[in-house]
Amino acid sequence: MPSIEVNGKTIETDEEGYLVNLNDWVEEAAQVLAAQDGLELTENHWEVIRFLREYYDEYQIAPAVRVLTKAIGKKLGKEKGNSKYLYELFPYGPAKQACRFAGLPKPTGCV
Amino acid sequence: MTENVTKKFLYVNRKAPYGTIYALESLEVVLIGAAFEQDVSMAFIDDGVYQLKKDQSTDGIGMKNFSPTYNALGDYDVHKIYVDKESLDERGLTADDLMNLVYEDEDDDYAEKSSISIVTREELAQLMEQQDVVLSF
Repeated sequence: MPSIEVNGKTIETDEEGYLVNLNDWVEEAAQVLAAQDGLELTENHWEVIRFLREYYDEYQIAPAVRVLTKAIGKKLGKEKGNSKYLYELFPYGPAKQACRFAGLPKPTGCV
Repeated sequence: MTENVTKKFLYVNRKAPYGTIYALESLEVVLIGAAFEQDVSMAFIDDGVYQLKKDQSTDGIGMKNFSPTYNALGDYDVHKIYVDKESLDERGLTADDLMNLVYEDEDDDYAEKSSISIVTREELAQLMEQQDVVLSF
């Protein structure tokens, strides 16, 4: 099993880098996963990551990118609720990559 | 899109939410289908009506409770949810026993509306007639 090191602790991931156990997630895990992709997390990233975790808490799924875009626009304002903004933050796909940083499973319907 | 490739999909759910994988699989397929912007409807018949029963708890069976996920259907533009009245009656259930599933109507200033319609078997039969694809779970 692949894994990442966070604060001296080993956290298991699947072969695509998603956490195996959702409860293992800590904020530092997001930073480690982002660093693997060569990204440094800013407050703009965290807004999306926190949003995804709240969405998962409420609905028990990670939203598809279309749903995410619409919901972000509603919550954080129109200028952030578009795929250009979200792809700039998460170049590997806002749903796919941000969910990985957030410790969530891959969004339903993502290939 | 250069041509209209939207098809009418109806997902028919006939089984209780837990005990088999059908209910969860159906829900996931529906969400995937909706992500590809198809015209999606869902029907709940027989024990399938239990999938929409509110206040469920899976503590006793050690499984993830996926009831909350039905509330996300509105976000996925799945807002045509048909429940068979006879199946409810047979099980001593009424519309009040079901989750309050809603969506925001973009054409009506984002007013929140109920997604659930209680229908007769005759209406269900007509509904099935109108579909391009009917998938049964």
